[in-house]
Amino acid sequence: MDWWLILEWLIKSIVLVLVLLTGFAYLTLFERRVLAFMQARIGPNRAGPQGILQPIADAVKLIFKEELTPGQVVKAIFVLAPIVTVVPAVVIAAVIPWGPTVEMFGRTINLSIADIDLGILYIAATASIAVYGIVLAGWSSNNKYAMLGGLRSSAQVISYELTLALCFVLVTLLTGSMRAMDIVEAQRTMWFFFIQPVGGLIFLVATLAEVNRAPFDMPEAEQELTAGYHSEYAGMKFALFFMAEYIKMIAISAIAAMLFFGGYREFPFLQNTWFSVDQNWWLGPLYMFAKVLVLLFFMVWIRATLPRMRYDRLMAFGWKVMLPLSLALVFISALGIMLQMLWIIPILSIAVGLVFVGFINRSLTMKRR
Amino acid sequence: MTLELVLFFILAVIAVTTAVGLLTSRSTIYAALHLVTNFVTVAIFYLLLDAPFIALAQVTVYAGAIMVLFLFVIMLLGIENIAGELEWKGLIWPVVMAVILLAEGIFLVVQRIGKNIYVESAGTELSNASTMAKYLFTDYLLPFEITSILLLVAMVGAIVLSKHEKPAKRGLEKTR
Repeated sequence: MDWWLILEWLIKSIVLVLVLLTGFAYLTLFERRVLAFMQARIGPNRAGPQGILQPIADAVKLIFKEELTPGQVVKAIFVLAPIVTVVPAVVIAAVIPWGPTVEMFGRTINLSIADIDLGILYIAATASIAVYGIVLAGWSSNNKYAMLGGLRSSAQVISYELTLALCFVLVTLLTGSMRAMDIVEAQRTMWFFFIQPVGGLIFLVATLAEVNRAPFDMPEAEQELTAGYHSEYAGMKFALFFMAEYIKMIAISAIAAMLFFGGYREFPFLQNTWFSVDQNWWLGPLYMFAKVLVLLFFMVWIRATLPRMRYDRLMAFGWKVMLPLSLALVFISALGIMLQMLWIIPILSIAVGLVFVGFINRSLTMKRR
Repeated sequence: MTLELVLFFILAVIAVTTAVGLLTSRSTIYAALHLVTNFVTVAIFYLLLDAPFIALAQVTVYAGAIMVLFLFVIMLLGIENIAGELEWKGLIWPVVMAVILLAEGIFLVVQRIGKNIYVESAGTELSNASTMAKYLFTDYLLPFEITSILLLVAMVGAIVLSKHEKPAKRGLEKTR
């Protein structure tokens, strides 16, 4: 048994978990400040300079809040549900590479926890079991609103998971491998977003639905369902749901960066300069951080911009638009790779995307005539 | 090998317990949760056999998709509790089948006594997704296609059964 290997894994895991938890705390502040900025408000700026200590204040408040457990709940599952929600959100980050392979202390170190051959499939598997926590929370609360929230969430996640899986297929087709490291290195000369722009966009939309973010936050639509699946939760148990949502946002942004935006690689035109990851490995995590930050900003921006979708439209959009579109994209990518003409992929996929946009537009305006 | 053996027995206990729990629990939700745990345990068995692709596919398809759908239907219809007592008379044939299956299993184990119990590297070839795909689309193309048609028929059947008589409205807009 190689004890150094176990030590290495242990250190990497602890660092990743700490980064994710700190990221969660400061993402809440980031979101509130950015939303405030977009709505011409100031936002939290009292605790510390520019409100930098606000997450700590929030954490202390949540820890000291009373743990209410309503009398009607199914106790065991009620307690288990927040944990089941948080665990997949954290472990999904295990295969994401945060930087290139590094020589350090006389060892070759991968800057991802597990560099497994089936990284993409691992992400798909973990994402698909992430919904259990929300469903069980909704059911065990023994509350109609919570139950409806859980039901909506499971229906939504099942529907958009198909699109997500087909986007994984797109990337796997372009790379020829399911290993996260290979995917990032395959984007050395060209990010997949430029080869498959429509695929990247529908991936971002599907991830929003998958993590229940606005405009797909039907499971917690406050006007209809109070707080949805976490109506009955208080104190730390509520904080765990909150944490799971934001950690999922970070993880899914990192996955999107890895699949379509070159992961830890630099811009393709900086390849042979000092800014390249090949020259300075420590730039890798920095690029990754920057990309994740941009994608998170994008998510917050969408939340500030778009109102919540109506539920029947959300399901119709998932099944009638996203799924056929992603199937068409898989077909186009396979065609382009088989004919060895990669340039037809972006052209054809943008054309198909525009056709779908036209159909949506038509179906939305048709009834008014 | 010893660590693997210890893991195997722990997992076996979990798998059997959850299987029994699935059969005996009075609440459909608990039965479904037992089944989910069982599926995940079986996935870890596959990992122990060096077949990560099948393990992850098991988690994605069974635990992640099918069982979520089961839970969804149970919660939507509100059939949490199984009504009535277990009818032992109706169980005769299933019990006979189970006994035959168990006898076959025991026979196989007895036959292998004294031989090498570990299957010769069942996984190493199948662990590679591209190798597996190659087998699936060349040597085993016919069974693969037949399975696809079977699934397609089931899908069409489900759509036909759930379709309402009234003509479907066109477009995204349903009401207004």
